[in-house]
Amino acid sequence: MEFPQDLYYTETHEWLRVKDGEVTVGITSYAQEQLRDVVFIELPRVGKKVKAKDPCAVIESVKAAFDIYAPLSGTITGVNKELEGQPELVNKDPYGLGWMFVLKMEDLTQLQTLLNAQAYASIIKEGH
Amino acid sequence: MDTIKTPLYEAHQRLGARFIEFHGYELPLEYTGIIEEHLAVRNQAGLFDLSHMGEIEVQGGDALRLLQRLITNDAERLADRKILYTPLCNPQGGIIDDVIVYRFNRERFLMVVNASNIQKVYEWMQGNSLPGARVLDRSQELGMIAIQGPLSQSVVEGVLGKDIANLSHHALVEEGGMIVSRTGYTGEDGFEVYTPNERCPVLWENFMSAGKPLGLRPAGLGARDTLRLEAGLLLYGNDIDDNTTPLEAGIAWTVKFYKEDFIGKETLLSQKASGVKRRLVGLELLERGIPRTGHPILADSNKIGYVTSGTFSPSLQKPIAMGYVESNYAEVGASALGGPVPLLVEIRGRQLKARIASLPFYKRGG
Repeated sequence: MEFPQDLYYTETHEWLRVKDGEVTVGITSYAQEQLRDVVFIELPRVGKKVKAKDPCAVIESVKAAFDIYAPLSGTITGVNKELEGQPELVNKDPYGLGWMFVLKMEDLTQLQTLLNAQAYASIIKEGH
Repeated sequence: MDTIKTPLYEAHQRLGARFIEFHGYELPLEYTGIIEEHLAVRNQAGLFDLSHMGEIEVQGGDALRLLQRLITNDAERLADRKILYTPLCNPQGGIIDDVIVYRFNRERFLMVVNASNIQKVYEWMQGNSLPGARVLDRSQELGMIAIQGPLSQSVVEGVLGKDIANLSHHALVEEGGMIVSRTGYTGEDGFEVYTPNERCPVLWENFMSAGKPLGLRPAGLGARDTLRLEAGLLLYGNDIDDNTTPLEAGIAWTVKFYKEDFIGKETLLSQKASGVKRRLVGLELLERGIPRTGHPILADSNKIGYVTSGTFSPSLQKPIAMGYVESNYAEVGASALGGPVPLLVEIRGRQLKARIASLPFYKRGG
């Protein structure tokens, strides 16, 4: 399973791509495989302020709904509208077209709380 | 408590199943994915391990009398080697379980009960016993395999022969300890096979190898749930329980008031006369969202009901649900008493427009 080296990760299976103080967030390849067929995604409102570890989006498989947590505190500055019509992008391209939202961080030191690819991979290996 | 593994557990493991605990049993939730398995059943065929289902046999000169007292439907008019669907009600008219009754003859019946209710139904039957009726719980010795989908008949012909494959709808045959019926819970043509545990693995393999070239796939409980919901079939514990009556649940056709007596008759008669206060309906969402069990249904700023089952329909490619609403909101197409105010389903704090849809959502060949 692929966990790109240039991303940060959380124990709740979100990935983060950091660029100029903004973070793009999605779910990992492991998470989408666990969910299998993603059929619905509820995204946060642009402008919404979120706190780290608060649920801020919902992803649904045929069987059930799962919360996606804000990995860091900040403000939502963008969401992936494509997912409303094509939620399956999360399965097909979790680290690319399947991104979910963009977050502007209040405090860059928060990044220290996240996992790198290796640490995340070992959590998965342990059966999380 | 340890979960119970069915005789097919190893077969599921080899097929890469993802398991789920379901009323004490470890059963496949899915193999390759709910949607794929669902569509295989609609278009070709699917194979299900239903060994968790309970089988209770009733024998003896009073077998028919006992059943007639316990079920709301009519097993007297049922021909030998035929099958009917029926609730068992408590004196308040609430549904103790919804079951399939197999009639071998006047003195021998098999009742197929939900896994969650085996003990409850068995005790209920014991408590109402008659001297000339023996009640046997055969759930532990019998496994159950269902094959469902338009190609079921050809697969069954290859494995069990032409005579069995030509069974008519809701008919049964018993052969060397194996019971086969033309029944199911998916809205498709299909068969259900009951056989002693030790014979399950070979039968499963035979179905798999005969069916594979035709597109048969193993299917898990996930697909079983989406298939039955599209077909408008009820799930005990979700859509019906001890506190809902057959009249409320839209299965009044299973209640035969002409029968002299059965448990619950009096209450159901008076409910029929006064009209039910709530009814189970189909729901369609007019905005984006998937209704799930327990979500409130609102109209005119009041809670008028709740969702009992909801999912994303793989065949229709849209969310579908069932739930109870107050009777005056239960007309198909109604958004609210024909007025401009729509029904709303509340999903995680958001109120989404919905309307009543006719059941079933999906009909074979229709």
